[in-house]
Amino acid sequence: MQTAMFYLLAIGLLILSYSKDKMKTKKSVMKAVKSIENMMPQFIGIIILVGVMLAVIDPQTISRFIGSGSGWLGVALAAIVGGITLIPGFIAFPTAALLLHGGAGYMQVGAFVSSLMMVGVVTVPLETKFFGKKVTFKRNILAFLYAFVVAFIIGKVMGEI
Amino acid sequence: MKNFLKRYRFTLVMVLVTIGLYLFSPTTGEKALDTIGYSFKELLSVLPPIFILLGLLDVWVPKETMMKYMGEGSGLKGVLISIFIGSAAAGPLYGAFPLAGVFMKKGVKFTNVLIFIGAWSTTKIPMFLFELTALGTRFAVTRLIASMVGIFIIAHLVDKSTSKEEVDQIYATAVKMNS
Repeated sequence: MQTAMFYLLAIGLLILSYSKDKMKTKKSVMKAVKSIENMMPQFIGIIILVGVMLAVIDPQTISRFIGSGSGWLGVALAAIVGGITLIPGFIAFPTAALLLHGGAGYMQVGAFVSSLMMVGVVTVPLETKFFGKKVTFKRNILAFLYAFVVAFIIGKVMGEI
Repeated sequence: MKNFLKRYRFTLVMVLVTIGLYLFSPTTGEKALDTIGYSFKELLSVLPPIFILLGLLDVWVPKETMMKYMGEGSGLKGVLISIFIGSAAAGPLYGAFPLAGVFMKKGVKFTNVLIFIGAWSTTKIPMFLFELTALGTRFAVTRLIASMVGIFIIAHLVDKSTSKEEVDQIYATAVKMNS
């Protein structure tokens, strides 16, 4: 559904753009193609890595560690794993859904998704280049701690605590 | 060719690992291939329109115009635009850092840059739609609201705990990197 919406929007704006300025439209399309091509190696590598990981690691094993009975220790574990790993959202959410089906708790999955998106241990070197050590450190630590807040709120809303 | 090999080194290693896994255990290998195939289909269907939209934005909207609305004294408007750009963008978080660098060079307010990073990391519209379908409305909406609040708290705390000299230095670096 959402994909169809994006296609409609993209095609509509592309036609509008083309009717206004052919050159500019060509340039935008070239930019789009170039950005996709730029990111392809990473995308493909990560997709295969995650596919292999998910096949080798039994979701039930993960779910045992971060099961609904694992409490705050499970939340902490999920937040740490989420902070270290780098999984794009379109894989992260199906993975999170798999974990839920495998018995993981909502709180733990909430912490995992939250720190996965906001904390980036792998990207700290890049972030430091733009924001300096101190700001990078502060932002990541705060985002990590906030994953616990998210876990708490989700636990309340989903009726786990 | 050499360049291609270098760029796709990670991919090639992963392909070899998958082949190895398949030879070692065909069932596990097939499981991996299933997931990979599914992810690929998703990637190929979702990426093109998003990147077309980004390309159009890049070409049609001058950066200077964007900056005018997000600098010091831009108030609530600047905050909302920062959230909007961060949320509308596609790509992983590290894609946001270079853009944040350009923002700083053009004089976007520090809290707005931090809010933009927060929005990019966690309130992306396409990602939210993914989350909605994968984890359910109740979970996704709760997390979205909690994250929104979190973005402001984190941006505020980082901003307040960073001295003006430090911010100036970060901005000076951004100018140097983008000149």
